[in-house]
Amino acid sequence: MKFGKMKTQRRNRLVMLAFIVIGAGVSVSLALNALNENINLFYEPEQIVRGEAPVGQLIRAGGMVKADSISRSTTDLKVTFVATDMRGSEITMQYEGVLPDLFREGQGVIAKGRLNEQGLFVAEEVLAKHDENYMPPEIADTLAKAHKEGEMGESSVDKDVVDTLEEGATTL
Amino acid sequence: MITELGHFSLILALGLSVCLAVIPAMGVIRGNTLWMKSAGSLSAGLFAFIFLSFCCLADAFLADDFSVAYVARNSNTALPLQYKISAIWGAHEGSFLLWTLIMAGWTLAVATFSRGLTLDMRARVLSILGAITIGFLLFILLTSNPFDRNLPVFPSEGSDLNPLLQDFGLIVHPPMLYMGYVGFAVPFAFAIATLTTGQLDTAWARWSRPWTNVAWACLTIGITLGSWWAYYELGWGGWWFWDAVENASFMPWLIGTALIHSLAATEKRGVFKSWTVLLAIFAFSFSLLGAFLVRSGVLTSVHSFAVDPERGMFILAFLILVIGSSLTLYAIKASTIRSEIGFTWLSREALLLTNNLFLVVAAGAVLLGTIYPLIYEAATGGDKISVGPPYFNKVFVPLMVLLFIAMAFSTGSRWKTTPFDRLIKRQLVPLIVSLVIIGVIVLVAAPIFEPVVWLIGSLAFWIFVNLLMDIAEKVSNKANKILSLFKQSASYYGMLMGHLGIVVAIFGVVVTVYFSEEKDVRMEPGGSLELAGYEFRLNKMSKVQGPNYVADQGEVEVILDGVTVTKLYPEKRLYQASGNVMTEADMDAKIFRDLYVALGEPVGSGAWAVRVHYKPFVRWIWFGGLLVALGGLITLLDKRYRIAKKRRADSAVQTSSVEAAPTGVGAVS
Repeated sequence: MKFGKMKTQRRNRLVMLAFIVIGAGVSVSLALNALNENINLFYEPEQIVRGEAPVGQLIRAGGMVKADSISRSTTDLKVTFVATDMRGSEITMQYEGVLPDLFREGQGVIAKGRLNEQGLFVAEEVLAKHDENYMPPEIADTLAKAHKEGEMGESSVDKDVVDTLEEGATTL
Repeated sequence: MITELGHFSLILALGLSVCLAVIPAMGVIRGNTLWMKSAGSLSAGLFAFIFLSFCCLADAFLADDFSVAYVARNSNTALPLQYKISAIWGAHEGSFLLWTLIMAGWTLAVATFSRGLTLDMRARVLSILGAITIGFLLFILLTSNPFDRNLPVFPSEGSDLNPLLQDFGLIVHPPMLYMGYVGFAVPFAFAIATLTTGQLDTAWARWSRPWTNVAWACLTIGITLGSWWAYYELGWGGWWFWDAVENASFMPWLIGTALIHSLAATEKRGVFKSWTVLLAIFAFSFSLLGAFLVRSGVLTSVHSFAVDPERGMFILAFLILVIGSSLTLYAIKASTIRSEIGFTWLSREALLLTNNLFLVVAAGAVLLGTIYPLIYEAATGGDKISVGPPYFNKVFVPLMVLLFIAMAFSTGSRWKTTPFDRLIKRQLVPLIVSLVIIGVIVLVAAPIFEPVVWLIGSLAFWIFVNLLMDIAEKVSNKANKILSLFKQSASYYGMLMGHLGIVVAIFGVVVTVYFSEEKDVRMEPGGSLELAGYEFRLNKMSKVQGPNYVADQGEVEVILDGVTVTKLYPEKRLYQASGNVMTEADMDAKIFRDLYVALGEPVGSGAWAVRVHYKPFVRWIWFGGLLVALGGLITLLDKRYRIAKKRRADSAVQTSSVEAAPTGVGAVS
């Protein structure tokens, strides 16, 4: 009956293989489907100003918090501030809630939220960071562009500021 | 001077690790007993020099030697003593030194406690561990030297440790986590060593099991501590964020969980041999992948280690080398592995296979979500995305529900085959009982009837009932029922404890997720708010001076039905050396609920932004995690490992003179 045993084993293997293939197929397609529904694209201030970002959809946006741009409501926790790419493009962001500790003027910030019809970015979440020297790669890229333009003399960006920020982005 | 000594002993350790990787391995090839035996003393030497180096760095911190760049960046004269010590592993360079020290510690432990192994096997395992250590030491010396000096000009004061890390959680969280990550190198080394011999019997599963269980338990504790630390220290009151770095620790945990179950099946029944080897390879590979994700800065994460592309490239190269070479070896050797033993689809083996399938798919789904931003950016030429928690919840939760269902069935299952009545039919009553009990509890105690809480809670309770039924069955036909309750194997108690921990954690997660309440408000002293029936009143704000910070401290009185429950003192600290601002939340922790208050920022005219949480059952999550880890540690007490160890140790003494014989050559030099 050796032949019979082999047959059962082979059949068992086949069943197992079929299970794994079907299972893997189903889970990969489910996962990809879930992914596509739940990714949040990042937009630079310049892209938003140019109108490339979708209105009403959950996206991420970021930049440097512009000096003297933070304004608070006197009755609740609403706060608005301006995020800039240091190249002249700016977006106004609104948030209601407690801001992270490292949120301050001149710091890089990333927010998740939606752009409304008036071009105001309503943030649902402002990304907090553990380390004041840390620069999210998105912001670092944006600043690197500003830096490049600064070198080519096409921009009025304060080069020292960008240099300092860049140092924060890459070496620390 | 001492700093240079630390640097120098690291270089010596590198030399020793090369010796450890090469000499015992050559001994195996040449059949040279002496060379094989050198593995033990080389491991001891390797540990000694790395430990010396670690002590030198500790000395630099304690002596406030700011000429050492790493110390200057992460310490300060005003830093309290315990944080000067934990600052050693507070940033990239030092934490990797700790990582390497722990690696050497595991190597030494294997050398010490595996005397029972054949000399040949021990030499192979230690050589592989030595080879891995070469990679770690090269990484430190070439890219991340903590002993670099700031000469000739150095600061007279350090810039202080990141305030978030000045906390008890950081003292214990990284060492436990690294114990787990690096600990997976041991089953990895056992698996590779066994592959090289080509004799994949079940003995290697018995050898690796205790090591794997300890490493896995440490990782469990590390992750649990991390979650707890994030909860009270970050001031958001969250306990899991599906952040890239959390995922980096969670993936090896999922694979490790699959591994400890698969090892059990391999040891007891000789099945899934090649699959178990593959899992051992992947558990360690995922640990390295985690290190890569955390330290290369390729992903946006709240954890942000210092970023350096060179470091990322090094780890990536190392990762590819480790995975590539081990998988190549596996591909060559695995076809010779045969699992002859059959089993039916109604058996413990089949359920363990199901468990493995779900865990590995879950790890794959987490991996996909974690690195998808990288793939997307590469595919679209620079578009940046992030993958939010909704993705992870959507994919992960259903998989876990399926896993828990398999878990409930598995408790009463038998090896090889289980009668249908026993496995499926008798579950009907426990399932109905669980649904009714949890249904009533949710109806009575919960603010609203949440079907999800009812179903998941019932699932957890059903697993619990199965554990009880299994204990009852184990003692039912014994003469002395109480006595036999204490006479089960430690592995069995470990399993019960681990599964009980999961039950507790499921309750914690589902209740916290569905019944937590949270408010962010603007509050002036004297103001109050109501949350979950409690009144939170901000009595006053005052200034407090700490050892290296000043703080605004609020006094929040919590009142329930006119009675003061507690007074909470949340703080907003300004760390003077670095100028960092940090939230120090305060909470009232009870078994069934946490009350949590965090200060935001001052919002003008004496008012503060205040965040208040009501978190029912949140402690159950971490308590469950600790029970799970305890379960892993309990299995170590199993007599099986001790007796086997002792027996082999005895025989090793007797036969030490002829040990080289099995390798065939027996050339004693």
